[in-house]
Amino acid sequence: MAATRRLELVCPAGTPAALRTAVEAGADSVYCGFNDETNARNFPGLNFSREELAAAVAYAQLRGARVLVAINTFPRAGACGLWQRAVDDAAQLGADAVILADLGLLAYAAECQPQLRRHLSVQAAASNADAIRFYVEAFGVKRVVLPRVLTVQEIAAINAEVPCETEVFVFGGLCVMAEGRCSLSSYATGRSPNMHGVCSPASHVHYREEDGELVSRLGDFTIDRASAGTAAPYPTLCKGCFSAGGYRGHVFEDPASLDAATFLAELAGAGVTALKIEGRQRSRAYTKAVVESFRHAVDALAEGRPVAAGALRHLTEGQAATAGAYRKTWR
Amino acid sequence: MRDRCSLTLGPLLFNWTADRWCDFYARIADEAPLDRVCLGEVVCSKRLPFYADRLAEAVERLRRGGKTVVLSSLALVTLPRERQLCAELAADGALEVEVNDLTLLAYLEAGRSFAVGPLVNVYNEGTLGFLAGRGARHVCLPPELPLDSVARLASAAAPLGADVEVWAFGRIPLAIASRCYHARVHGLAKDSCQFVCGEDADGLAVETLDGQAFLAINGVQTLSSTYCNALHDLAVLVDAGVTSFRLSPHGCDMVAVAGLFRRVLDRQLAAEEAAGALAALLPEIRFSNGFLSGPCGAAFQPVLPR
Repeated sequence: MAATRRLELVCPAGTPAALRTAVEAGADSVYCGFNDETNARNFPGLNFSREELAAAVAYAQLRGARVLVAINTFPRAGACGLWQRAVDDAAQLGADAVILADLGLLAYAAECQPQLRRHLSVQAAASNADAIRFYVEAFGVKRVVLPRVLTVQEIAAINAEVPCETEVFVFGGLCVMAEGRCSLSSYATGRSPNMHGVCSPASHVHYREEDGELVSRLGDFTIDRASAGTAAPYPTLCKGCFSAGGYRGHVFEDPASLDAATFLAELAGAGVTALKIEGRQRSRAYTKAVVESFRHAVDALAEGRPVAAGALRHLTEGQAATAGAYRKTWR
Repeated sequence: MRDRCSLTLGPLLFNWTADRWCDFYARIADEAPLDRVCLGEVVCSKRLPFYADRLAEAVERLRRGGKTVVLSSLALVTLPRERQLCAELAADGALEVEVNDLTLLAYLEAGRSFAVGPLVNVYNEGTLGFLAGRGARHVCLPPELPLDSVARLASAAAPLGADVEVWAFGRIPLAIASRCYHARVHGLAKDSCQFVCGEDADGLAVETLDGQAFLAINGVQTLSSTYCNALHDLAVLVDAGVTSFRLSPHGCDMVAVAGLFRRVLDRQLAAEEAAGALAALLPEIRFSNGFLSGPCGAAFQPVLPR
């Protein structure tokens, strides 16, 4: 195998401790959010206060790692100030970039913090070169996190055309819907990724036993039924079991998570700059294992050594892994 | 504020045969009390060739019927030919266009006015202001927005000279994907889908394993099982500054549906009475208006606090 350009490894940091773990495990960049509704992982016990972010930036930058701050929900009408303050504070605290999705907030950041590097969040769903060029021209976006709807060939075609870097997801939870364009969660619970930074929130999850089965419900809707004794999956709406016509099963997506470890060479060949690992809500042990594994893989690829596959199988949800949309047959 | 709210017929989201498509728009053109009619393929570009050659005639007939015709763009654009469709839509300056994905915005020349569809994320005044600055004059808000946000956006839109529209009737678009669920549940792949979505004129019902109605799939799109019904909310929304309402086409009598909304807006019919008539038109259908004021989108609260 020929040596190839070294890809940047962008790793999740749900807490200051996870951030340190990710940096120690070899992250080139870590991404995190403030502890409020301005980021898409607004979970209890997660995320950073202003003081914690300041310390995290100092810690990471001393070790040569960058800190990217996700401010990637869509500001609530009448409350844009909360999101704008997040951008201002990220700049003031020395973040290397902000990850934004909302047009109004991008315009604000470009105007009020022009020196702060802007990345386009996957939540903006810029899924082709024209849309990406629009964000680059309108807001000076330097990097676009590509939606998880594209094949490797489509990613290569985009990179051949766009005047910015691209970042792609390689591991972790997998949205089957175009991100930032899904209100399934708020239809069932009133709480959504776009508005509240949550999807299928635990506050609306109930389990009950019924006829020897464990029923998992989200709001007023049954998302899955498992026979007693088997592990009941968390009722993430789009991974649930339903019936449609004569079909009964996972109508939208199997409870598999993304593992594109075997696609790294292809993604590098397609011209992507950075690989992103999902999972700010996951444990430090998880973060450590995944980051170390991808560190080895990225270094092996850059040095022309073979990349070991399947090393992280035990960490994927529900044991099954998928390459998602990177393979065209997924559609 | 305008003295009369407009009614928009959104783009047909489902895969109907070309003949049914033509008959539908002919009747809409001649009989429906609608101000604006959106035409075009929003959900799946593979469907467009079936009726592309009928569009011009439909546009003409709708115009003769006194409707403003708006061409809607595809919601999820990934393929080269889909980008080309956006480029062509932008190049043809004869009709107003509705942006459903920013790809089209990239092609629209500066200074051209346009409409924004409900699949573009307009959640706040900043985004509304940005789009109005680029030429947006008519913005249909995302159906997910609560009443408070709708009211704030309507207030912000008035000085910008933009109309604000709210999703008022029909299954609510909840998600779009690159995967085709119709193909998936039929054991097919998207590329060899055999257009099985054409079997379900209003989408294919998705039920929970308890048999409870939940969602509907329409190719790559996921919709609510419930039909949005904002009849009871019209007065509150008009008071809040909303100037337009969107009805989404279904297989039911859309001329009658449009008539009910028009008459409530014109205060010729009480909302309760109209809602009763709507329920009679759609006896099998459950309604919702929960995104506006309820605990969740699926909820239905017929009487809003005034």
